[in-house]
Amino acid sequence: MGFLSQAWVIARKDIIGELRTRETVLSMLLFGFLVILIFNFGIEPGLREENLVKPGVLWAAFTFAGILGLNRSFIAEKENDCLQGLLLCPVDRSVIYLGKFFGNFIFTLSMGLVVFLFFSVLYNVNLVQVALPLGAILVLTTIGFTAVGTLFSAVSVGLKTRDVILSILLIPVMVPVVLAAAKSSGRVLDGDSLAGAGLWLALLVVYDVIFLTVAIMLFDYAVEE
Amino acid sequence: MAIRVKGLWKYFDHFPAIRGLDVELELGRFLTVFGPNGAGKTTLIRVLSTQIQPSQGEVEVGGCVLPGQAYRLRRHVGVISHNTYLYPNLTARENLTFFGRMYRVPDLGDRIKTLLEEVGLSGRRDDLVRTYSRGMQQRLSIARALLHDPDIMFLDEPYTGLDQHASRMLRDVLKTLHTGERTLVMTTHNIEQGLEMCDEVAIQVRGRLVFRENVGAIDRAGFEQTYFDHVGKDFRWDS
Repeated sequence: MGFLSQAWVIARKDIIGELRTRETVLSMLLFGFLVILIFNFGIEPGLREENLVKPGVLWAAFTFAGILGLNRSFIAEKENDCLQGLLLCPVDRSVIYLGKFFGNFIFTLSMGLVVFLFFSVLYNVNLVQVALPLGAILVLTTIGFTAVGTLFSAVSVGLKTRDVILSILLIPVMVPVVLAAAKSSGRVLDGDSLAGAGLWLALLVVYDVIFLTVAIMLFDYAVEE
Repeated sequence: MAIRVKGLWKYFDHFPAIRGLDVELELGRFLTVFGPNGAGKTTLIRVLSTQIQPSQGEVEVGGCVLPGQAYRLRRHVGVISHNTYLYPNLTARENLTFFGRMYRVPDLGDRIKTLLEEVGLSGRRDDLVRTYSRGMQQRLSIARALLHDPDIMFLDEPYTGLDQHASRMLRDVLKTLHTGERTLVMTTHNIEQGLEMCDEVAIQVRGRLVFRENVGAIDRAGFEQTYFDHVGKDFRWDS
């Protein structure tokens, strides 16, 4: 069994657990809905600058709801001290990181897709026209978000104030991703093609590669004691 | 030699949980380590089983030098703790399948079937672990620890929270494990349970082993007094 297939064993375990409880994805979805709804009440209908605000609303909802999910990622491993059982397995720590990353990626992406749908209804976005480019931005953003988030979730899980600490650690590091996601999706919502947001997309790709690599390298230290 | 530890220190921040501990154990022997709360027994087990790294000193387990060769050692080590390491939202079979795949256990389906029968849980193999009693969870954790047929077993307070029936089952399982081919190290507060099957006993107090003897050389009836003599009156409440 190879490196990636063992990581998939961990992700599969998380997915089975989530399908049973639906704690993570449901709470993320509900929170995402609420953020979009509150912004919708706050923004005056027909506002000239509405198009400028839309991407910010979308990615704020994604980020806050995503943090909620990441908070839960390692809490399941704390029950019955499962994390120790996992760390006792004869696999490289990077396999454990990738397994948790795959699981978080799937949960966050699922939340993102439904939040996009809800957003398109409330803000009159024709999803058929922008589904592909927005989908590509969502995937790239989710990779960067969960790459860093999985690492910080492991760092903060042993702390009493983990909910606050994760947000404090994650949000500043997520600024380039959220910025690039908001700028590129803004272009797409304005009717531009993906090529029009080329630089922002490049930033997302570079961020994903760098932070995924760094997180894999640092995970061993994050879970040590 | 299965375990060789020399001058082991383990700090948590600035607090030394283990202070210059030395211990050796030959292959196939069963060592029970007694000690009060806070003596560092769990820390010792966690260092030996690669869960945490030693701060200072030489540690060799199963021919692997720690922490450098921890990855190689993990395949040969099994741990039973008062924490079960089981996922409550998975069934017994799913838990064992998960850990079996992580350990790359061959013929996993047959192995799981055999182990579930041995620990008396085959009838509830498809029930979620969160619906199990404490005793059943501990029995399943024994199956989890034995999945990859480890050469060295570490048992950290394995009787904690078990009822009479589950304790008896654990004793029976330990008897089958103690074949002379597998090395076992167990920590416990309970003198009666600790002395039952072991070959050697040790008493750990404040991070050091202060007593070590072959079980045949000690007076079982008087061991409680020996324990208190070494632990000191301060700890009597803890027995």
